[in-house]
Amino acid sequence: MTQVDQGQLFEFLCRMGDNTLVLGHRVSEWCGHAPVLEEDIALANTALDLIGQTQMWLGLAAEVEGKGRSADDLAMRRDVWDFRNVLLVEQPNGDFGQTMMRQFLFDAWHLEMLKALTGSSNEQVAAIAAKAVKEVMYHVERSGDTVIGLGDGTSESHKRMQKALDLLWPYVGEMFVADAVDAAMAEAGVAPDLAELRTACDARVGAVLAEATLAIPEGGFAHKGGKTGVQHSEHLGHLLTQMQWLQRAYPGATW
Amino acid sequence: MYAQMVKSEATQEDPERLAAFQARIDAGEKIEPKDWMPAGYRKTLIRQIGQHAHSEIVGQLPEGNWITRAPTLERKAILLAKVQDEAGHGLYLYCAAETLGVTRDEMTEMLLDGRMKYSSIFNYPTLTWADMGAVGWLVDGAAIMNQVPLQRTSFGPYSRAMIRVCKEESFHQRQGYDIMMKMCAGTPEQKAMAQNALNRFWYPSLMMFGPSDKDSVHSAQSMAWKIKMNTNDELRQKFVDQTVPQAEYLGLTVPDETLKWNDEKGGYDFAEPDWDEFFEVIQGNGPCNTERLAARNKAWDDGKWVRDGLLAHAEKKAARRVAAE
Ligand SMILES: [Fe+2]
Ligand SMILES: [Fe+2]
Ligand SMILES: [Fe+2]
Repeated sequence: MTQVDQGQLFEFLCRMGDNTLVLGHRVSEWCGHAPVLEEDIALANTALDLIGQTQMWLGLAAEVEGKGRSADDLAMRRDVWDFRNVLLVEQPNGDFGQTMMRQFLFDAWHLEMLKALTGSSNEQVAAIAAKAVKEVMYHVERSGDTVIGLGDGTSESHKRMQKALDLLWPYVGEMFVADAVDAAMAEAGVAPDLAELRTACDARVGAVLAEATLAIPEGGFAHKGGKTGVQHSEHLGHLLTQMQWLQRAYPGATW
Repeated sequence: MYAQMVKSEATQEDPERLAAFQARIDAGEKIEPKDWMPAGYRKTLIRQIGQHAHSEIVGQLPEGNWITRAPTLERKAILLAKVQDEAGHGLYLYCAAETLGVTRDEMTEMLLDGRMKYSSIFNYPTLTWADMGAVGWLVDGAAIMNQVPLQRTSFGPYSRAMIRVCKEESFHQRQGYDIMMKMCAGTPEQKAMAQNALNRFWYPSLMMFGPSDKDSVHSAQSMAWKIKMNTNDELRQKFVDQTVPQAEYLGLTVPDETLKWNDEKGGYDFAEPDWDEFFEVIQGNGPCNTERLAARNKAWDDGKWVRDGLLAHAEKKAARRVAAE
């Protein structure tokens, strides 16, 4: 097993932490506005899990970087081009169906990723994954059930869920496309080969969408540029404006 | 709590049953949903528990307003957990009210069309991060003051809900105070922000105990039924006595020039809030009434297709199960 490049490990950890940070932020936007009280509670719970995971991933990223930055510095003081989340998670909430479809498509990948990471050659990575995987097992069960319930609900709910799937499907591919960072992580046994996650993930997604009576869009086009930071969507900057506002407006304050 | 608009009803019931009911309450027994109870007792409780539940739900909004802007990951997580707790309180309380023969959907409709109220405090805006401190410290603090005695209330499900709720509320208060401590030990701007938050939330917090006893309608019956355990003024006094030293510890000034320790009564003398403002807020003219109700209505209306969809699916699933048998 090769010695892992610390700069690449930092990149990888930022990808994990930025995914959970940005999605956690998006989900938390629902707070107090969900269709039913139980969903308010469940969405807050999901957001809370994701923010907790962010603290761990970005905390480790900061440690690996070794420049004296903290998880908060990474979350609150980087600009758009330094973020490494996939494009899927920065997409706006849309209606509740779109939010839950985004959640399910991410959860399905996230679960397989975390399962694999529990066997990471990096003990700290394995420990974070072991904690997170339990939470995400519950997330995917819940988001999957909701996608099924709404897809196979009324004609209105079916129509909305199909629309959400059509909109979000082109953002799924990015999660499975490996670049040099991913290759280095796989080689060092830190993280799995992304292509290998696809089989288990496709099986779950296929089964859930079939039960939801939803059709997977044809064509293999996939947007990309989020996890490499090359080209995020315009949405991310607005999200950061809100998330980072206090830290930016009052530099040097502790909260 | 939030008993501020609750007026109990005198009822025309069989005097013998009433006396036996009162005797059970006086003996400290809990009344359970299946027990006989006077219509006025039921009606007053539905209103009080329902208003309390609505307050928890609407109360998500002023704090939810800052989740996406929380300054650190830790603060964000704490605030998310708090708002989630409030939704949970709403759930227990709706369940307690449902045991009295009203559904959550019926109560929700009454909130949305203005037939039922929620606490006046949630009609005030949260403008800075320090407001998250002030709300936890003062608003949850006042809520605890109101709710601790209600753990001993005569209606079993309400009493049990209050016991669960109070544990979490005291966490919220401590977390709010912790935000204030950080702000007060911080930069001059942070300290000014904290003072500004106290200035805006002090009187609205005092209003949470309801109008002065001399203007408070029909609380005698509720006291006899142990639906209300203390008078509004008693609780307000207790709150002021507890909170003033906490403000001093923070180095903040309570915005009341008349505030003064009174040795004789063993408590502070303090200025009453502006009751005209209070009644305006209750009537719908608070700074955020329109936004709060609009947000709840939008959530409910936008969520209709979701509730319908999930229900339709559950019915289809049940039908398929029956067909398979
Ligand atoms: Fe509460
Ligand atoms: Fe409360
Ligand atoms: Fe609370």
